[in-house]
Amino acid sequence: MTPENLSELANKIRRRDLQAVFEAGAGHIGGEMSVTDLLTALYFKIMQVEPQNPSAPLRDRLVLSKGHTALALYVVLAEKGFIPTEEISTFLQHNSRLNGHPNRMKVPGVETNTGPLGHGLPVGVGMAKAAQLNGESWRTFVITGDGEMQEGSNWEAIMAAAQFKLDNLTLIIDHNRLQQGARLAETNNLAPLAPKLEAFGWAVQEIDGHDMDQICTALSAESITHGKPKCIVAHTNKGHGISFMSDNVAWHHKVPNEEQYKQAMAELEGAMA
Amino acid sequence: MINPFEGAKLHDCRDAFTSVLEALGSKNTDIVAVCNDSVGSSKLGGFRDKFPERLINVGIAEQNMVGVGAGLANGGKIPFVCAASPFLTGRALEQIKADVAYSETNVKLVGISSGMAYGELGPTHHSIEDFAWIRALPNVPVVAPADRNETAAVIKWAAATTGGCFLRLSRVGVPDLLPEEHVFELGKANLLREGNDLTLIANGVLTHRALMAAALLEKDGINARVLNMASVRPIDETAIVSAAKDTGAILTCEEHTTFGGLGSAVAEVVVDQAPVPMTRLGVPGVFAHTASANTLLDDYGMSPEAMAESARALIERKG
Repeated sequence: MTPENLSELANKIRRRDLQAVFEAGAGHIGGEMSVTDLLTALYFKIMQVEPQNPSAPLRDRLVLSKGHTALALYVVLAEKGFIPTEEISTFLQHNSRLNGHPNRMKVPGVETNTGPLGHGLPVGVGMAKAAQLNGESWRTFVITGDGEMQEGSNWEAIMAAAQFKLDNLTLIIDHNRLQQGARLAETNNLAPLAPKLEAFGWAVQEIDGHDMDQICTALSAESITHGKPKCIVAHTNKGHGISFMSDNVAWHHKVPNEEQYKQAMAELEGAMA
Repeated sequence: MINPFEGAKLHDCRDAFTSVLEALGSKNTDIVAVCNDSVGSSKLGGFRDKFPERLINVGIAEQNMVGVGAGLANGGKIPFVCAASPFLTGRALEQIKADVAYSETNVKLVGISSGMAYGELGPTHHSIEDFAWIRALPNVPVVAPADRNETAAVIKWAAATTGGCFLRLSRVGVPDLLPEEHVFELGKANLLREGNDLTLIANGVLTHRALMAAALLEKDGINARVLNMASVRPIDETAIVSAAKDTGAILTCEEHTTFGGLGSAVAEVVVDQAPVPMTRLGVPGVFAHTASANTLLDDYGMSPEAMAESARALIERKG
């Protein structure tokens, strides 16, 4: 897929996500809009996965540590063929497989159950260590939120990954500058993230997290630094693609009313015109 | 015979753990050990020397340790995640819940020096809440072996079984109770002594004390049944109901707070299926004072003599 194709697909995924949030009356739309381009690039350009054989031992792994944006992952997995696309309409419904946070025992393609923040990166370190021990070339990708980096467990994992020289591990920080209740800068300002990761022995790259060219280049195997885990600080916007949500802290998990929904959908559709 | 273990040699169950782990590790290269700097206290030095690349020491970082274990399991490894039990279970409880129990990963959690094994080091280093914490989680069997033979059997079982578990080991010396060829069965109690006047149920370092108490009671003409209940979850409901019906009274003893541990697990079955008088011995919901592990057990009414006394009082309550 070309970067243009990927952007079109990401737009389609955003629209399906928006519709599901509107219909379910719940979701974490802000963070879903910020992470969608990253997920799209991973599943449709970078990762080797087999939807018909989701536990293929040599598959690449993705851990969505910011598990509250599960809906974006579900839509991506459906587009990829892991689950039926029509199942997205069951999101959050009674007994649906599509819980507010992903469950690996229910949803094929989900690697580990996330939800409490700060869990994904340690699990990713273990995955990458397993591949290293086995001499296998599959890669592990972990996506965290930027607010999530306030969890100390991430920094435990960051130390271990560097110590173990896990160059098969890529951490992508969805740096949208907002957390649930306020801006990162007003809460516990971790920015700038890059020098902190570099100080811990990681190879770090900063990109525009909505630019498919930059995303794909940063995620490519050629960009790996031998012997170092890689961190991509992806500068994103919460609510990206929808003017009144973009970079607006109110839209962490707010649900659009009908008028807002129509406007949001029109904006996303217009972006593709 | 007052003390059936008079002169018996005492063994540290950690030695059985590591010797079995090393033997299994030489046959199966997927077996790895993960630890939090605790190579010495987990007795993993031999494993490290034999399989240096398979000893994954994450440093003093228990949350990461458990997450790394879950990730290794995702990659096809069989991780034995070893740390002092208070830090493994207390510090990493949410990782145990989300990454092991809820994610149903093949992670073997090995709590070393559990109970009050660290004695004088105090309540920060005691692990007398771990049965309650881990027993509340689905998908993670909770097992506390009573001697080195049962420890060896439990480690073999864990390695051969797919799924998570919490194995609670002590460092306090205990005599041999089960035969060398013992095979562990999850959810099955071991009948160590037959009797019809009451039943003593114990596990871990308390099992041999229960047998000593039973010997004291025999002197008074009281025949106590003794069950070793290593498997706290799932628990052997059949053995508990039989004990209630056959003997009419149950006394539990455990190196754990009386809130939520073995005694509570037994009581849940008794209340639901066969109500009889019970006494639950353990640490009575307090932080322990300064003393060695064995002295603390004595101080909290779990010397064989005090256990026998509690048993006599319990029999008085039988209908």
